[in-house]
Amino acid sequence: MQKIIKIITISISTAIIFVFYLSLNKDNNYNTESQIGKKLNFDKIESIDEDKYLYIKELKGKNFVLINFWASWCGPCRSEHPMLMKLKSEKKLKLIGINFKDKKSNAKIFLKELGNPYYFIGKDEVGKLSINFGVYGIPESILVDEQLTILQKFIGPLDNQDLDDILKKINKV
Amino acid sequence: MLSNLGNFLLFLNILLSFTVIYFSLASLKSAEKIIFRKIYNISLAQSTIVLVCFFTLIAAYITSDFSLINVYQNSHSTKPTFYKISGTWGNHEGSLLLWVIILTIFSFLFLIINKNHSKNYRLYTLIVQNILILGFLFFILINSNPFLSISPVPKEGLGLNPILQDPALAIHPPLLYLGFVGSSIYFSAAIASLLTNYSERAFAKSIKNWILVSWIFQTLGITVGSIWAYYELGWGGFWFWDPVENASLLPWFAMTALFHSVVVLEKRNLLYFWVIILCLITFTLSVTGTFLVRSGILNSVHTFASDPSRGLYILAFLSIMIFSSIFLLFKKYYNKDYIINSNSKETFVLINNWFMMFYLLTVLIGTLYPIFTDAITNNKISVGPPFYNAVIIPVVIVFLIFMAVGPNTKWIKNRFVDIKKYILIFISALIINFLIGYFFKSLTILTNLIIISSLFLIISSTFDLIKSITEDRIDFARIVSHLSFGFLIFFIGLNHNFSIEKDFNMKVGETKNFDNYKIEFKKLELKNFKNYKSIVGDLKISDNKFGEERTLNPEIRIYDSPKTLTYEAAIKTNLIKDYYLTMSNIDRSEYYNIKFQKKPLMLWIWISVFALTFGGFLRIFKNAKNN
Repeated sequence: MQKIIKIITISISTAIIFVFYLSLNKDNNYNTESQIGKKLNFDKIESIDEDKYLYIKELKGKNFVLINFWASWCGPCRSEHPMLMKLKSEKKLKLIGINFKDKKSNAKIFLKELGNPYYFIGKDEVGKLSINFGVYGIPESILVDEQLTILQKFIGPLDNQDLDDILKKINKV
Repeated sequence: MLSNLGNFLLFLNILLSFTVIYFSLASLKSAEKIIFRKIYNISLAQSTIVLVCFFTLIAAYITSDFSLINVYQNSHSTKPTFYKISGTWGNHEGSLLLWVIILTIFSFLFLIINKNHSKNYRLYTLIVQNILILGFLFFILINSNPFLSISPVPKEGLGLNPILQDPALAIHPPLLYLGFVGSSIYFSAAIASLLTNYSERAFAKSIKNWILVSWIFQTLGITVGSIWAYYELGWGGFWFWDPVENASLLPWFAMTALFHSVVVLEKRNLLYFWVIILCLITFTLSVTGTFLVRSGILNSVHTFASDPSRGLYILAFLSIMIFSSIFLLFKKYYNKDYIINSNSKETFVLINNWFMMFYLLTVLIGTLYPIFTDAITNNKISVGPPFYNAVIIPVVIVFLIFMAVGPNTKWIKNRFVDIKKYILIFISALIINFLIGYFFKSLTILTNLIIISSLFLIISSTFDLIKSITEDRIDFARIVSHLSFGFLIFFIGLNHNFSIEKDFNMKVGETKNFDNYKIEFKKLELKNFKNYKSIVGDLKISDNKFGEERTLNPEIRIYDSPKTLTYEAAIKTNLIKDYYLTMSNIDRSEYYNIKFQKKPLMLWIWISVFALTFGGFLRIFKNAKNN
């Protein structure tokens, strides 16, 4: 019995120390840049209006997609909104808005006031969906190509420079 | 100049540690029954020199001697003197020097205080402790030297992180270090006891006060850290189950288990190996915590500039500690049949230990699990309050009941004669709980149970207090601690249930109404201070129900060196509740995000913890008196 306990104790200690050793050499800063080059990974997104969904297969092979995470309570989202409105007219680009931890009524008022640039508005009431996209604050936007590969991430409100970047990327092809 | 002096003193310390080990080994071999006189003298010199070494660093901070990299990186000439001094241990290198001071001074004090214990046992304790000291001194010299110089000498320093410029945080590290570094002495003593087969009861006697001392400081250190987090971090909470907080809580559970079980060892000569295991675990957990924080594996407010080589050194040190302890323990372990009556004080102490081990394992798993998933599967997850609350809170309810009943049981064999008393206490707890729900606000089921069980402990401890005064058998220490713990849980339960939290986006001149309250954003002012500028909000909170009005002034501070923005909560405390308000700016807008919280009984939560540690002090005084 004593021998078994000894083996278990030594094994657990060794395992813990080994994992500590592995962790030492890891970059533990949360970095969403690592998502670039990866494929979008979701089945469907629930619409802000009940019982409507956007399926991932609807997006493939058609247009570039800009997924924008926003909320009516977010000041910087308000300031970036004119940029999104400018992108609305781009034929090669579809805008998908993910309404983050927001109230539906407030979100609707926000869009009524400032305009609705989105092809589809998904909802993320608890913020879980956004975590899967590697988003940790809003506004944040993800540019995706026709094959659903993530091309670029924009952390913080989009500005004129970002707008140029997006236009260059979608018009290059 | 200070760089040379500091380095010289560090080398001298290493030399003295080797000398202590050398003479201790010689003294072990000698036929003399007492320890060589010179060992006391060298130990005293060692403690003095390590203090001088530390004061040298403090002097460099006070005089803003930027020829030292450490001072350059962590200080600034415009900083108030108080924070220049506290900056000494507010960084990795300086705090390690504090580690060595505590290791050394505890080593010396253990040697001189335990004069009536066996010579070999004391010498081995001294040797093991000096091996630990050497381990940390080499660590300092190899890659964490606070006395490294820089050339050319910079004109100005980079400054200390503003959120660390705070009185509570200035004393938080020394208190916490006294706790978990202090546990090194009973780690060394446990190894010495195994090596020398030192008599079990005497071993318990020699370490019990050291356990209490480290427990008191650990508790105070954790509390002061909590108080700081409460008013500085602006979340309105005081415990976040942050992995680094957990790292300080793990040794605390082990210490709490230890000072209960060591009493069984002293009184009944039972549980010797269990006490040894707890001694080893406590310090091992302390070093593990240090590893997690200093290696940069964990990201939190405590993260020091991360450097994997530091982590590697501590990990190597930790591995040696763990494996040599396991090896020695199994080598010396022998099976001893304990016969413990299931209804006796011994059993209740064991139950306390089981609970402590349960909490310890829960927090350990919650803390290590994300590290494991990240290292093995590359999957980043975090284990937060929902896990700990779901696992720990239901168990606390049962724990409180045992805490009330346990102390009144007798050693060896107990007879329950007090069933009626406990039924009466239980009914009283139910009635008070009902009245709280009836007059204030309904409670959730879990809060109901927490309040009832904590009241059970409070009423029961109060009965004990009255009984012990009338019968003149006063065990104030235990009663004060258990009573305070009951109150602590009671206040936390009420605080949790009755807290109010509201968020608004407001601009100057606006007023918001909610429940019975009105918040008026009256004005904003810009103020200039020595090392920062501050935007001060002026908000009036009116409680329409009680006609109470209060002005709160949350701040946004802009520090120059280093350039940092901090948000200072405005807190108005009274005996019943805290009003807690934070303000943050919203980019490119005239609106500010205002977060208002009403937190009942906060002051009493802090008072309960201080009373809990006061119980520890009382126990030490009582032990000293009995000796």
